[in-house]
Amino acid sequence: MVDQIPALLVLAPLFGALLVALVGQRDHRVCFPIAIASLSVTLIGAIAAAQHVFANGPMNYFVGGWEKPLGIGIHLRIDALNALLLIAIATVAVLVTFFSIRRVGEKNAEKTHYFYVLFLLLCLGLFGITIAGDAFNLFVLIEVSSLTSYGLIAMGSSRRGTYAAFNYVLMGTVGASFYLLGVGYLYLTTGSLNMQDIHSILGTNPEIASSKAVTIAFIFILVGIWIKMAFFPLYGWLPNAYSYCPSSTACLLAPLMTKVSVYVMIRVMVSVFGLEWVFVSLGWSHLVVWLAVIAILSGSVLALAQREIKKMLCYLIVAEVGYMVGGAWLADEGLWGMTGALYHILADAAMTLCLFLAAGIFVKRHGAREISDLEGMFKKSPWVMAAFIVGALAMIGVPPTCGFFSKFYLIRGGIDAGHWEYVAALLISSLVNAVLFFRIIEIAFFGNKPAEGHDHSHDDHEEATEIAAPHSAPPVWSGNLPLFASAIIIVLLGVFNGQVVALIRTFLEDLPAVAAHF
Amino acid sequence: MLSKIFASIAVAITGSILLYGVSDFPAFGDPNSPASAGVPGSESVSLYFIEESYKDTKVPNLVTSVLADYRGYDTMFETVVIFAAGMAIFAILRVVGNDGEEKRATSLEDSFTNGDHSRIIVGTTVRIVVPVIQLFALYVIAHGHHSPGGGFQGGVILGASFIIIALSENLNAALRRLSEQNYVRLAAIGILIYAAFGVMAQILGKNFLDYGVLEPLLFTDGPEMARSHSMLGVEVGVAFTVTAIMFAIYANLSSRGQLEKGL
Amino acid sequence: MAEFIHENIEPYFNYWVYVIIMMIGLWALIAKNNLIKKLIGLSIFQTAIILFYVSMGVKEEATIPILDHHGHEVAASEHRLFVEEDGQKPAEGDHAQAEHHQAEDHDDHATNPDLIANPLPHVLMLTAIVVGVATLGVALSISQMIFKEFGSLEENEILEEIKASASDG
Repeated sequence: MVDQIPALLVLAPLFGALLVALVGQRDHRVCFPIAIASLSVTLIGAIAAAQHVFANGPMNYFVGGWEKPLGIGIHLRIDALNALLLIAIATVAVLVTFFSIRRVGEKNAEKTHYFYVLFLLLCLGLFGITIAGDAFNLFVLIEVSSLTSYGLIAMGSSRRGTYAAFNYVLMGTVGASFYLLGVGYLYLTTGSLNMQDIHSILGTNPEIASSKAVTIAFIFILVGIWIKMAFFPLYGWLPNAYSYCPSSTACLLAPLMTKVSVYVMIRVMVSVFGLEWVFVSLGWSHLVVWLAVIAILSGSVLALAQREIKKMLCYLIVAEVGYMVGGAWLADEGLWGMTGALYHILADAAMTLCLFLAAGIFVKRHGAREISDLEGMFKKSPWVMAAFIVGALAMIGVPPTCGFFSKFYLIRGGIDAGHWEYVAALLISSLVNAVLFFRIIEIAFFGNKPAEGHDHSHDDHEEATEIAAPHSAPPVWSGNLPLFASAIIIVLLGVFNGQVVALIRTFLEDLPAVAAHF
Repeated sequence: MLSKIFASIAVAITGSILLYGVSDFPAFGDPNSPASAGVPGSESVSLYFIEESYKDTKVPNLVTSVLADYRGYDTMFETVVIFAAGMAIFAILRVVGNDGEEKRATSLEDSFTNGDHSRIIVGTTVRIVVPVIQLFALYVIAHGHHSPGGGFQGGVILGASFIIIALSENLNAALRRLSEQNYVRLAAIGILIYAAFGVMAQILGKNFLDYGVLEPLLFTDGPEMARSHSMLGVEVGVAFTVTAIMFAIYANLSSRGQLEKGL
Repeated sequence: MAEFIHENIEPYFNYWVYVIIMMIGLWALIAKNNLIKKLIGLSIFQTAIILFYVSMGVKEEATIPILDHHGHEVAASEHRLFVEEDGQKPAEGDHAQAEHHQAEDHDDHATNPDLIANPLPHVLMLTAIVVGVATLGVALSISQMIFKEFGSLEENEILEEIKASASDG
């Protein structure tokens, strides 16, 4: 039974989505139970898979039983690198499903079942990306998750959201096409699509590994994934797309899409090309770390300039992506940068979820879209604000939240690798986050309106779609439960950081010849 | 102007990187290129398909056997992509109720009886041609094992036959044959059929989509023929989804989500 | 110049063409003002990748990856089945003959792989085509929504409209 888990992880949301499509159009009330049930099954499966992986080593699953020769069938793989990420995705998905209860019922009630179908298919795509062991299969699942996210962003958003969704389609498709092109170059030179197979071919044939085509394949795969994760020069689509779409969509996309893309980048670096090839033969680590530094700084500065809460959080995501890409590329001897990046994927998912949920609740209950609207929020909803502060402290990097420890490992990697500019960028970004969030807390607590007066009546016609009519107000717990859960996860991840990092290290230390080369 | 300059720079950089790599490629049409014959020291996937897949599956069309069996997991998600696109389009476009636009639907039957002869030739031709198209579509779906064809191609043809009805008469005429409720169902059932083949294999104790184990259920002699028949089954599932979504995309795009009259 | 073409372009003609087509698509995608034209560019861009993949699978003088049944040692009952079905499509007879001779030499490996095109890129591109269609459909529906809300499909007009609605409230 345990060995069927990799298939189960994608099948549970798939059957959920199909069931919702079949019966949901008649009765919308069945959508939520089906969604929560299928995602819970996935969560249990992910936990069981992780237990199995940490006890018995990686799980390999060959769809259709086509195992030999390697690469004729599709290979699914769960190892220590993605086992924790699977749990994180499933947890976020379950929590956001609770949050989505009220979200969809209001405007466009007749489209509720479409929302849940897309939602479940998006989760399916993310699980599939995470367990894919075949480079082309990864492309197909990237497209599943992208297409559903285009739909989710464009449905029921304001008109600026629709235009943002269009740009997202263009950028997302170019990114996926670049990835596909890179895979094509790899196939052209190695004749295989299986990640392990490509890795061993590149390892045993130095003349192939040093060919121009493989380098170009890497460039295109990397640029394609960077577009998907909104890394520094290519982040233009993200802030508008995530801030003008419905809150429950933003809560699912913001914590997961960029992090899964970061995971894909690390997976490609580690399992396809190999760290030795990436860091030693290619030797671009300085360039990428500098790009990450610019990403962190520009994300932080742009976040300072925002008046809207969600948009500010979006620019913080851009900065966080810089943390992770920079950490992964630090190439320090003990791979502490990579450890920090992998830990930060989990930590950032929890932090972003918490903050976006809080932002969604502010909009929902109080119509507060801008920072200045948060005036007196401590009185209005003290508990929500408390959870928001937990998320904010994690963003700033205050112990014992997980944000502190991820920064600790990233900085350790930066110092080991001698990338002082990266360390400086991390510290500056923490400082900027502190300024940002203390400003918000000040407004929320003391309620003094900032001096620069502006009419926050603009965009009112766009906000109007989001504010709940009193009679259709959702149950309070549907927002609070996921919010508090995410705040607790932030603290727990921080407290148990030693154990989590130990699990991550088991993977990195197993990598062949890691220590020997750096 | 700025965007043109930016576009030129982007095109120049991307294009030169790509062309720089071309000189390293194996020559066009080389049967011994790594993609076609593998690299020394590892078994070529492509050669395996050419040499062994007929023994494994008894399907002479290698593209079908690779598509529906060896890489069946990919193909299932390809169908899911189509399904997701359909759902996304409904979610974005579908307007329930008439949202201000006046009802314009006058069906062709009305225009016939009203003496509008301009569409008689088109309408009659379509009525004769559509059954032939649909028959051909079924042939393409069913004959994908032996000749070019399969679920996607046949499904598109089948979907096109509904689109022709919508074009020649009006959207309502086509929707009477395949209603909104039904095309959503048909699309979901298509993937269910596909996934059911995979899950049956799991229930019988093998991996997902391992058709060979379905032998006792399909009354075939040997796992090879079970694979062959299962492939036909999943192709039918694919065809269901593709038919439904192709028509649904047309219906929603042409009527701006109103599902009234259309073009 | 002629030498350059002979050495660098002729053996890689398809690859040069795919890059050029792809760049046309990319240029349209970025530089065009009309959203539909951008989508056309996107489609060209994706189609170029299909050309690239299919070019990889080409073998000189090879045929489509559909085997000829007669070349195989098949059980008698299956053989009859295939004969019947072959009768329905005589068009493949030509290359079938060629393979027939190849096949008789060694029954286990019934076909000479050099005479059969690589099936894998075809399979992959079937997927990519489907993905392209799906993306185009979603993008068209979004552009229809944009037209409904902005009354225009020109990018500069939409951006002006956004700016105007943001500043005057």
